[in-house]
Amino acid sequence: MIPAAFEYYRPTDLAGALSILEEHGDDARVMAGGHSLIPMMKLRMADVPHLIDLQDVEGLGGIEVSGDSIRLGAMVTQSDIINHAALTEAAPILREAALQIADPQVRYMGTVGGNVANGDPGNDMPGLMQCLDASFTLVGPDGSREVDAREFYEAAYMTAREDEEILTAVTIPLPKGGYAYEKQKRKIGDYATAAAAVQLVKDGESCSAASIAMTNLSDTPVYCEAAGAALVGTTLDDAAIKAAVAAMLGGIDPSEDNRGPIAFKTHVAGVILRRAIERAWSRA
Amino acid sequence: MKDEITRDDRVANLKGMGCSRKRVEDARFTQGKGNYVDDIKLDGMLFGDFVRSPYAHARIKNIDISAAMEVPGVLAVLTAKDLEPLGLHWMPTLAGDKQMVLADGKVLFQGQEVAFVVAEDRYAAADGIEAVEVDYEELPVIVDPFEALKSDVVLREDTVQDGKPVDGAHGPRKHHNHIFTWEAGDKEPTEEVIANAEVVAEETMYYHRTHPCPLETCGCVASMDKVNGKLTLWGTFQAPHAIRTVVSLISGIEEHNIRVISPDIGGGFGNKVGAYPGYVCSVVASIVTGKPVKWIEDRMDNLMTTAFARDYWMTGKISATKEGKITGLHCHVTADHGGFDACADPTKFPAGFMNICTGSYDIPTAFLEVDGVYTNKAPGGVSYRCSFRVTEAVYFIERMIEVLAIKLDMDAAELRRINFIKKEQFPYKAALGWEYDSGDYHTAWDKALKTVDYDGLRAEQAQRVEDFKAGKTRSLMGIGLSFFTEIVGAGPVKNCDILGLGMFDSCEIRIHPTGSAIARLGTISQGQGHATTFAQILASEIGLPADSITIEEGDTDTAPYGLGTYGSRSTPVAGAATAMAGRKIRAKAQMIAAYLLEVHDDDVEFDVDRFVVKGAPERFKTMKEIAFAAYNQAIPGIEPGLEAVSYYDPPNMTYPFGAYVCVMDIDVDTGVTDIRRFYALDDCGTRINPMIIEGQVHGGLTEALAVALGQEIAYDDMGNVKTGTLMDFFLPTAWEVPNYETDYTVTPSPHHPIGAKGVGESPHVGGVPCFSNAVQDAFRAFGNTHTNMPHDHWRIWKTANALGLHD
Repeated sequence: MIPAAFEYYRPTDLAGALSILEEHGDDARVMAGGHSLIPMMKLRMADVPHLIDLQDVEGLGGIEVSGDSIRLGAMVTQSDIINHAALTEAAPILREAALQIADPQVRYMGTVGGNVANGDPGNDMPGLMQCLDASFTLVGPDGSREVDAREFYEAAYMTAREDEEILTAVTIPLPKGGYAYEKQKRKIGDYATAAAAVQLVKDGESCSAASIAMTNLSDTPVYCEAAGAALVGTTLDDAAIKAAVAAMLGGIDPSEDNRGPIAFKTHVAGVILRRAIERAWSRA
Repeated sequence: MKDEITRDDRVANLKGMGCSRKRVEDARFTQGKGNYVDDIKLDGMLFGDFVRSPYAHARIKNIDISAAMEVPGVLAVLTAKDLEPLGLHWMPTLAGDKQMVLADGKVLFQGQEVAFVVAEDRYAAADGIEAVEVDYEELPVIVDPFEALKSDVVLREDTVQDGKPVDGAHGPRKHHNHIFTWEAGDKEPTEEVIANAEVVAEETMYYHRTHPCPLETCGCVASMDKVNGKLTLWGTFQAPHAIRTVVSLISGIEEHNIRVISPDIGGGFGNKVGAYPGYVCSVVASIVTGKPVKWIEDRMDNLMTTAFARDYWMTGKISATKEGKITGLHCHVTADHGGFDACADPTKFPAGFMNICTGSYDIPTAFLEVDGVYTNKAPGGVSYRCSFRVTEAVYFIERMIEVLAIKLDMDAAELRRINFIKKEQFPYKAALGWEYDSGDYHTAWDKALKTVDYDGLRAEQAQRVEDFKAGKTRSLMGIGLSFFTEIVGAGPVKNCDILGLGMFDSCEIRIHPTGSAIARLGTISQGQGHATTFAQILASEIGLPADSITIEEGDTDTAPYGLGTYGSRSTPVAGAATAMAGRKIRAKAQMIAAYLLEVHDDDVEFDVDRFVVKGAPERFKTMKEIAFAAYNQAIPGIEPGLEAVSYYDPPNMTYPFGAYVCVMDIDVDTGVTDIRRFYALDDCGTRINPMIIEGQVHGGLTEALAVALGQEIAYDDMGNVKTGTLMDFFLPTAWEVPNYETDYTVTPSPHHPIGAKGVGESPHVGGVPCFSNAVQDAFRAFGNTHTNMPHDHWRIWKTANALGLHD
């Protein structure tokens, strides 16, 4: 558990970080909290001759809550999310999810930007951001662009981000209605056996909008548009929830690991989603 | 002199046995001031680390170290070829087998040590490891012991001669991959009883492989001083003296030239009893380089290669009358020992004390047979927070009782009650040979059941089953019961030795002139709080305050010879030695007091912290005064000084017991468990420090929870370790741990000087079946008889699924 030797950089502005990325191409990686990258380097599964620490880069922090959206700087930590009152009021699902990530020590270091950019299917924030229809700001040598969270993930650890780009911020339209982040895990610090992010709007007795995404049930987060659609226009009766669960199960592709075989994960995914929907509805 | 304080005050001032004295160790531990092996830094110290095999079974065709030698900072790369001329390419194991220090032509498990890279720092060593090129030829992998016993594949070539298996350390082999057969009890009478019984219950259970996983991994620093010829070896050793003797025997260095030091140890739980290739390679590397060499495992090394625990396939038959009186017990074990038999058991017990598997019950006839088998897994088989294989034995009998209760359609608590050994039967000679020293099982059981309102729990459970069947809930309720009898304090030299070293223990006391003292023992604390509790024993025995007594362990140059700390042996053996040495001090003090008081020896008697003249309590000499006189006053016929040493060979083992109850809710749809209540009644005989006992119970239960609910070392078919990090290896945190209610009864050991029995491992031994029984019990109403541990979410889900509860 000793990494190979590497050059360590600690630039103070984005231009500096980008120029190092550009210079070294594939041989360079940026690091936010380091909770995914450093273990991979220590296992010598990631070879990073040039490591760019973003801790000192200006302008990557900050939580801004405005009338119609939320902006999270890439270096905002899970702990920052948990402790931000205005954010919790505007989007309580963020806090509910962040509290289910790892443990307090990890949450002091782990960042939103790192969590969404790494492309690890086990991470909780990617699915959550898909549920919330967030977009990611990517800054590269040619300037800045926005990519929807729902379009960002291609495969495990493969995303729409180019090697020379840095993910600098996450923008979330102000969520409406009831919410739930439901996660089953074996223990503190574990990735999800199955997790569901649900946000839904209640109009009178019926559901007028629903968004659902699942975590760690495929090699990418799974945004389940059809599952959400199955709820819209219903009173969330048993048939509607069953239809949503069935639609979700059509979209996931879990694999067997130490958490259990596919049949178990599929079953749990259905149970977790049902619970998340019921909890979100009770809060809508 | 007027006595100002009361006798009660004087007792309290001693902080002797029975008081919850705060742990003296914690001041340094809670401030980060402990001194662990990895804290040791010596001038010019080098670091060694291993090239490990990625394959579980492979022939090594070539090892090319040339590129590694080019890595800056790398000084040497040792292979088996370098060790062979010294006769150190293999080493003896504690089980009478031998083990490769570095791969000698082949590897037998994933992670096996292949080469030892010595470098100026651990970073250079890690780079050197990457640069060593090993040419492997993969061989067929066997991870199933039953397959091993049928396979033509020879795992250990030294087990075959002229095409036939040669005898092992414990007798003939049945097959080239077979290590030993060990039997206890009477085979034919047992089979006859079972064949003719009114009721017989049978079950096969797998006690899965797991690992003690101490927070501090194993490691050492070896320093050979070539000027004076002395070797100093610091290490995470649970038995420093045994290590010294073994090092001397295998290296040829005379024992007086070897100093072994166990500094602070961050948990052992059996993992640090054995000898590992890292120790041998560090010593050799220090001799070769003339510099100190440090070797420290990382977490993956520790989980994958140093001693595992359990891995027993157990098949049982238990017979009874229709009324539930047990008449016989038959047990067969197929024991998976991995590539080498490196179990840490007393030599005459290759399956440890598995023959305690008749448990707390009066079972007239029993038979046990254990077959040890080689596979392509890591060696070990240590007693993880238990006395030798006692967790396996207690799990077996506590599951068999439940299985029998199901067969008889009886309440499992009542079945236990009618079969307990009765108080008046002690000392009780069990069918498999052990003589239980003392017990009062019925009192403990009744107290436990009453405290938890057992009948109320059963009524609630029955209602829950009704509600479940009516579709009102998806949660089931399990009531886990366990009643265990431990066998600890190994042990009497007549039947307990390790590699020929008798398992006595020792204490040496020096009283200083001003009335304080130092005592040294042959044991070594790994977190048990010896410095606190042994001082309490002495305080009560010699009448000096515990706060004035330093306890020292772990340095073989200063401590008396002893066999170390594991198997809950410290209090039963070294604790007894401490009391006996204290009594020698007291005997001499009595003569000194009598002289000072100008009366006959028999006219003074010990009273808390002093000797008083019988019938005249105002005439006394305190132990403090006596200590001063011992050194500074010429007393006719008595030599100066006040010291004593005792080597204690226990007449018998001790047999702590306890009654545990667990109440658990289980989410049938997800397999998630919620422990609502856990009650633990322990009887460890005389209680030295109730606070430390409670801490031990909490720790042991938590490790029991881990093992029962998820902790395992799992392999895939290729022999790859699937649980090599703490992501997949379950180590519970405060989050997963329930509240524990502790309770006790006191049944002293009749043969121990202070009546103490030991407690560190009881909660683990009793806890594992209790948690497991709770899971199994939740599904009893739906037809479940037995499912194997660990009861993690998916396996519980699988049980529910198989019972049709998801339909």
